[in-house]
Amino acid sequence: MSTAATHPAGITGGAGASIGHVAKDGLDLTHGVVLYLEAITVSFDGFRALNNLSLSIDAGELRCVIGPNGAGKTTMMDVITGKTRPDAGTAFFGQTIDLARLSEAEIAQAGIGRKFQKPTIFEHHTVFENLELSMKADKRVRRTLFARLSSSERDSINETLNLIRLKDQSDRVAGLLSHGQKQWLEIGMLLMQEPRLLLLDEPVAGMSDEETERTAELFLSLAGKHSLVVVEHDMAFVEKIARKVTVLHEGSVLAEGDMRTVQADPRVIEVYLGR
Amino acid sequence: MRFYGKLGWSAFAGFAAIVLLALPILNLNGYVSTFWITLLGKIMCYAIVAIAMDLIWGYAGILSLGHGLFFALGGYAFGMYLMRQIGSDGQYRQPMPDFMVFLDWKEFPWQWWNSDSFLWCAMLALVVPGLLAYVFGYFAFRSRVKGVYFSIITQALTFAAMLLFFRNATGFGGNNGFTDFRRILDLPIATPQARVVLMAVTGIALLGTLLLARWIVTSKFGRVLAAIRDAETRVMFCGYDTMHYKLFVWTLSAVLCGLAGALYVPQVGIINPSEMSPANSIEIAIWVAVGGRGTLAGAALGAGIVNGAKSFFTQAFPEYWLFFLGALFILVTLFLPQGIAGLLKKVRS
Repeated sequence: MSTAATHPAGITGGAGASIGHVAKDGLDLTHGVVLYLEAITVSFDGFRALNNLSLSIDAGELRCVIGPNGAGKTTMMDVITGKTRPDAGTAFFGQTIDLARLSEAEIAQAGIGRKFQKPTIFEHHTVFENLELSMKADKRVRRTLFARLSSSERDSINETLNLIRLKDQSDRVAGLLSHGQKQWLEIGMLLMQEPRLLLLDEPVAGMSDEETERTAELFLSLAGKHSLVVVEHDMAFVEKIARKVTVLHEGSVLAEGDMRTVQADPRVIEVYLGR
Repeated sequence: MRFYGKLGWSAFAGFAAIVLLALPILNLNGYVSTFWITLLGKIMCYAIVAIAMDLIWGYAGILSLGHGLFFALGGYAFGMYLMRQIGSDGQYRQPMPDFMVFLDWKEFPWQWWNSDSFLWCAMLALVVPGLLAYVFGYFAFRSRVKGVYFSIITQALTFAAMLLFFRNATGFGGNNGFTDFRRILDLPIATPQARVVLMAVTGIALLGTLLLARWIVTSKFGRVLAAIRDAETRVMFCGYDTMHYKLFVWTLSAVLCGLAGALYVPQVGIINPSEMSPANSIEIAIWVAVGGRGTLAGAALGAGIVNGAKSFFTQAFPEYWLFFLGALFILVTLFLPQGIAGLLKKVRS
C-alpha cells in the first residue's frame, strides 16, 4: 500500500498533540485503532440491513465506504452513533468504550461526530448560534442555563467560520443558506464538537465542483488529527481523497483496499454493474 | 438574542406602573370598579398559564393539551387553605368544611394534613403540579413519546384527573369543588382592598414569570430548546441529552401553572373539577396560538385578548362564544401562523 507510510505519522501526530486530551475523554488508542465493529448484525422485519459486518478504522485514518443502495452504509452509521442497536455483534470506540452501552448523546460526548445524508442544521438559528450550540462544552442542563461565551470560545467559533467560509454570513439565519453552504455549516458544527472520529454521510451531495474540491482539501487536512469515515456516491470525489476504500454489499464487507485494487475486483464490478 | 431592548423594557415598565400603581390608586379612589380589578387579576393568571404553555409549546415544540390540570391542582392545593380559613362560618356552623359535614366525615382525610397553614398550601400548589409533571414527563420523554401522541396522553391525563376529582371520596368536594371562601390570612377576602392586593400580587407574579421565562429563552438553554423543536436528532448527536432539557422545561411549566391556579382561586372564589375538562386545556393552546407561539409577551397578550373577548361575548351574546372562539382559531391558523405578535412584527418592519 503506497499510502501506508503516511498513516503512522498521522497517528503519532494526532495522539502526540493531545495526550492530555486522550486521558480526559477516556479514549484509549493504544493499539492505534479508533473503531472496531465486530460481527454486527441488524435486522428490520427479517431483512438483514447489516449481516455479520466487521470493520476497523485506524486512528487518523481517512476511510471511504462505498456500495450500492441498500448496502447498509447508513445503518452502519446508525449503529456507531447509537441510533440503532445491533441484534448481535460488538462496537468499540478505542479499546475500552462499548458503544452499545451508550446513548446517542453520550456517544457524541465521547467524541464521535456525525453528518447526516440530508444536511441537518438548526434552520431557525443563526450560523453563529449553530456553531455555538455544537461546540464542545459541558452540555448538562444547569451548565447550559448559566453558560456564557468566553473569548476563547468566541475565537474558536470565528476560526471555524473562516474555515467553512461563512464568516460574512455569521448572523444570517441558517435556513437561508444555499445547499452547499448548509453542508459546510454542518461540517463546521461537527468540527466544533472536536470529535476524534467523524462520520460523514454523502458530504458533497449537492455541492458545486468548486465546493467539492474545497471539501476534499478540508478532509485531507483533517485526517491525521481526526479519523474520518466518508460514505459517498461521487466516485470522482472518492478517488480524490481515498487512501483505503471499503465496499459494502448486502450488509457485509465485499472488498477492502486502495481504490485501484477495489475497482479492479471482479466482485465489485459485478455488484456495481449488475449480473 | 438580547434580553429586552429599549422598547421592551419601556413596555415592561409601563405595564408594571399601570397594574401596580395606577389601577390600585384609581380603584381605591372609586374611579375603576372592583369588577374590572378582579377581571384583570383573573386574566393575568391566564397570562401566566399562557407563558408557561409557550415555553413548552412555542419553544420546545411540545404541545400539551393537559395544562389545565396543573392549573387546577394549584388551585385545589391553595383552595384547601381557603376552605380552612372559613372556620365555623359555613352553612352548618361547624369547624369542618361544609361538604365534609354533609358527607358526615368526622375528621380530615390525609390530603388535608396541615392544610390550615398558608405556607404549606402555597408550597403544595407549586410542588404537586411540579411533581406530577416530573414523573409523567420522565416516563413520556424517556420512552420518546412525541407529537400528537404526547398531546393525546396529556389530554387523557387531565380527563382522568377530572373524573377522579368528581368523586366525593377523593376528598375535594366532588363536583361542587371549593367555594364560599371568607378569609385569606385571617382577613376578609371579598373587600375591595383584598381584591386590589390580590390583583397586584398577581401582577407581580406575571411580571416575574415573564422575566424568568425571558431569561430562560435568551440563554443558551433556550437556544438548545428551540433546536430540539426544530431538529431533535441533531441536538442529540451534538451531545445533549434532550430528555433532561424537555423534562426541566416541562416541569417548570407545570409549576408556573400551579402558581397561576393558586392566585386564581381566591380572586374567582371557586374551584371545581370542570377546570380540568379537556376543553379548558385546549383553550390554553388557543390563547398561545392567537397571541403568537414563540413570543412570550405575545402569548400573554393572546390570553388577554381571548379572555377579554370571552368576557364580552358571554355577557352580550352567550350562545355565540364558542362559534367565535372556533372561528378565531381557524382564522389565526390560516392567516396568522405567527399570531398577533407576528402581525405586529410584520407591521413594524
